[in-house]
Amino acid sequence: MAEDFFQGYKGEALAVLKKYNVRVWGQADIETTRGLFKGTVLPRAENNDDLHIVIKIESGYNVGIDITTVIRMTETGYKKANYQIPEKEFPYSDDKPTVKLLGTGGTIASRLDYRTGAVIPAFSPGELYGAVPELADVCNIHTEKLFGVFSENMGPDQYMTLAKAIGKEIAGGIDGIVIGHGTDTLHHTAAALSFMVQNPPVPIILVGSQRSSDRPSSDAALNLIHATTAAGHGDIAEVMVCMFGPTSDEYGFLHRGTRVRKMHSSYRSTFRTIGDIPVATVRRGEVKPMKPDYNPRRKDRDVTIKPYFNENVTMIYFYPHMKVEMFHSLIDMGYKGIIIVGTGLGHVNRELYPALERAQKENVAVYMTLQTIWGYVHMFVYETGRDMMAKGVIPLGNMLPEVAWAKLGWALGQTDDLEEVRKIMLTPVNEEITEREPYNGYLVYQGGVPEVEEFIRRVHK
Amino acid sequence: MTRTDALKNYEKTREEIGYASRKEATLNDYKRIGFKSGLEVHQQLKTKSKLFCRCPAGIFHGHDEYDAEVIRHMRPTLSEMGVYDGTALMEFRTRKEITYRLNNHTACTYEVDDTPPFPIDHEALEVAISIALAAKMNIVGEVHITRKQYLDGSIPTGFQRSAIISVEGELPLKNKKVRLIQLSLEEDSCREVSDIGHKRIYKTDRLGMPLIETVTYPDCLTPAELAEAAEYIRFLNRSTGLVRTGMGAAREDVNVSCEGGNRVEIKGVAHIKWIPELSHNEAFRQYALLNIRGRLQKMIADPVAWKLKTREITETDSQFHFAPVRLALDRGEKVMALNLPGCRGILSHFTQPEHVFADELSDRLKVIACIEKPNMIHSEEIGEKNFNNLFPEVAIWLSATPDDAQVIFWGPAEDIPTAIETIDERIRLALTEVPNETRKAFEDGTTMFERVLPGRDRMYPDTDSQPIPVTTEMLERLGRNLPADIATRFRQMNDWGIPADAWHYLLSKNLVGVIERIGDELGFDHREVGILVGHRFRSLEGRGRVAKGFSYERLYDLFAFLRREELLPPVARIMLPGVVSSPDPDFKQILTDLGYAPASLTEIKSGVKELARKFEEISYNCSSTASIDWVMGQLRMKAIGKLRMSEVRKEVSEILAVK
Repeated sequence: MAEDFFQGYKGEALAVLKKYNVRVWGQADIETTRGLFKGTVLPRAENNDDLHIVIKIESGYNVGIDITTVIRMTETGYKKANYQIPEKEFPYSDDKPTVKLLGTGGTIASRLDYRTGAVIPAFSPGELYGAVPELADVCNIHTEKLFGVFSENMGPDQYMTLAKAIGKEIAGGIDGIVIGHGTDTLHHTAAALSFMVQNPPVPIILVGSQRSSDRPSSDAALNLIHATTAAGHGDIAEVMVCMFGPTSDEYGFLHRGTRVRKMHSSYRSTFRTIGDIPVATVRRGEVKPMKPDYNPRRKDRDVTIKPYFNENVTMIYFYPHMKVEMFHSLIDMGYKGIIIVGTGLGHVNRELYPALERAQKENVAVYMTLQTIWGYVHMFVYETGRDMMAKGVIPLGNMLPEVAWAKLGWALGQTDDLEEVRKIMLTPVNEEITEREPYNGYLVYQGGVPEVEEFIRRVHK
Repeated sequence: MTRTDALKNYEKTREEIGYASRKEATLNDYKRIGFKSGLEVHQQLKTKSKLFCRCPAGIFHGHDEYDAEVIRHMRPTLSEMGVYDGTALMEFRTRKEITYRLNNHTACTYEVDDTPPFPIDHEALEVAISIALAAKMNIVGEVHITRKQYLDGSIPTGFQRSAIISVEGELPLKNKKVRLIQLSLEEDSCREVSDIGHKRIYKTDRLGMPLIETVTYPDCLTPAELAEAAEYIRFLNRSTGLVRTGMGAAREDVNVSCEGGNRVEIKGVAHIKWIPELSHNEAFRQYALLNIRGRLQKMIADPVAWKLKTREITETDSQFHFAPVRLALDRGEKVMALNLPGCRGILSHFTQPEHVFADELSDRLKVIACIEKPNMIHSEEIGEKNFNNLFPEVAIWLSATPDDAQVIFWGPAEDIPTAIETIDERIRLALTEVPNETRKAFEDGTTMFERVLPGRDRMYPDTDSQPIPVTTEMLERLGRNLPADIATRFRQMNDWGIPADAWHYLLSKNLVGVIERIGDELGFDHREVGILVGHRFRSLEGRGRVAKGFSYERLYDLFAFLRREELLPPVARIMLPGVVSSPDPDFKQILTDLGYAPASLTEIKSGVKELARKFEEISYNCSSTASIDWVMGQLRMKAIGKLRMSEVRKEVSEILAVK
């Protein structure tokens, strides 16, 4: 491919650059009606307008030049920036556990891409070591990039590929697995893998970052240190999410893959275990279990990999006065499984009843979960609930809606027999439905209350 | 070295570099050392909200008024150009744990970097553009928010969001032009609560408030020019009426170098009056460091082979348990003795008044290795309290030669490797250059090391925000509301010969235009009017003597009155207290109340001898000057306004001399 001298420029801005023969990475003197500007022409983010040219001035800042003000441009030099993460040879040592890092496209260490303004991940062990040298004190790292997709583009195909890759690594004798992942759908993937990879002998840790690693206060490096610690040294051999405990740089949590949810759009401490306590805390060099009933690390390689998924599964978020056509349309489109996210104890309005009856008749699996996120579906309490159960809607206890979606897709991937599916759905693989909700499993404090205020003043958030 | 020898060395080296105090220093001194300096002036803008979130701006809390705390560590990241910044690496070495104190009233989740930025505050953007227009700079076509890394923790994100508004411009000072590099709009940083060991605490009330930074080229060649440039920028900012005033609202960073030295930035100078002394001392400090380099290069033949020697002083080495060593051991710290080959006479070398090169080591131990002071003693102390006489033993123990110097320092065991590295690095730097660094200012005009000076490599585009176009329509609209052209005003005052001490007042009160009209339209001397307004009127205003509702237009009316009555400006001087006491003064009445009765020169001359006789009767001092002074005093109200007092004095002197 010919070299692109005008990266990201289009339309009028591109025409101006061409007219004056000035390239991206060219040093330019730009005379404008607003005065003289000198600097290096930078690529332009693709989604920005075509009315400005971006230059980096001597002091290191970027500024935009309005092309309608340009009188003359002269290229006085050319110097292409060559940016890369310093790659250092990763210092392997025999006395440390070996951890495999599987990449999915999330950013752990990264650099910036001028063209889109986006962040390009660093991934090879050498690059990672260059960015987070502490990793060498934790474990030996090998990496494999399975795919490069954003979190929101992850899906069943990727879950199955991951599950198989995990199986292969375990068979190969690895001490622990870390999966780098964007945070938006981290908990969907965690749930799917919890079902597809059963009874693993080593920890399988999903990790991401809420602040990209191109910023000094990023949580990425510490998350990665925590994740590799948990994978390489921890005793808990389950599929778990490892992310910040508090927003402070203090410790991380290990959340069970079936009970975890992203609860804030931007906080570092966004992942929370719902309806229970996290499995463990992780600090540098230490994994401290909080729940005694975990699956311990084993020497054997006996893991069950079940990479199945039926994509014809959907989820519908109920709202008051929802029209029955909404539900009919899902059946019309051929969905074989529907997770309802219902109100309160697990309800929808009567207007949907005919569609529920149709689903039952046409062998579509319909399960009930909750908008309240916390608590159990209780369909015996009100008449509505009893009516719905009669129409084939199956309550899923305290299974989280996203987990239910993943599990139903996985179950229907194995069988069409709805009775079999029902059995799979209601038999917990790893606490996606718990028998009891501990008293400290639901803690959403409200500010303003004196004792709460006193607590948050004292304890780091 | 005995204390006397060390003191002698300090004095000798001070002389060697030709240090002169600022009072003694002449233009030639600054030429000799190649004084070069520029400014970065930070000015907070008077907006309702912070720059990138909707928290209120300008509300401040005490150290303990917080609702929650958050902890962060900073980690260097790569620049777009693919390299790490030097400061970043230094801060990473310090391993600081940073605590932020949050008050719900002034901080939201943006301040602690748990929420991406909201769109830029438009009020702030417009103020910044207005000031850039007033400074006649080249305004950008599109504002790009950039991240400028700060790993000291003063901003929880680890970077400051900052954007260039304009580039290139100039400040027309009295005798020269100082060029401007750029003007940026940025968010203010946290205020430090404390910084002890590895813990630094900040509060977040000021964090995120909008400010502009105006940066000049290093065009100032004397401390006085530097102060003048600072005054100019201060005025330029204030002339819009859109900036904050008061403690901390305007802060200067001063960049200084001497010939052969390097750019050193003195941070956060709160008062312009401190700038001359600080820049003066910094230029001489660099000059001293060059002298140190020369000496070291003579002493150390092969810098690459140079190696300091370390030896731990343990519990068993009781012969070296000098008081501070004993205390450190009792605290459970590690104590190290260092031999610095070829460094004799360097540790006590003059750097700043009352400061020696050893302070450069001690400062870095504090800042980089996080070892609180006092953190070391050495073989060339000049202070009263010293252990110099005990060091010969240490020297032998370290197998030192007479050309060497010794240091003993202490600190927590985990900080020792960084500490040794820090001292080694500082000596090596001394062999080659004046280190690029930022320094903290003290009121006495001296400075101390703060951090390694950051370079360009710490700038990143902000991926959380979009560029903001600055349209021609926007510039036209903002341009219409601009205050009078400041550069023109400065030039006018300079041309008229109005004393510089009145400039700031006249500009900030927008009085230059009034003086201009009094001069141009009424035919009075601008300088005379300027002094009257800039000194006399200002003093009345300062003492609260000016009536509420008094318009500066009345000053014009006063001079119009003088013109009509054919009176000279000095009469305005005595009229002013009366004039300003009412928003609607009656000038005639004021003259009457003053008992003003002018006489002709002939009349005045005829009474001089009589007055002189009277003086002789009442006075003890019969010198002719005293006599003339007294007579002039008596004649003042008769002559003022009609006759020039200098002429009258001449006549009086002649008459009395004849006698």
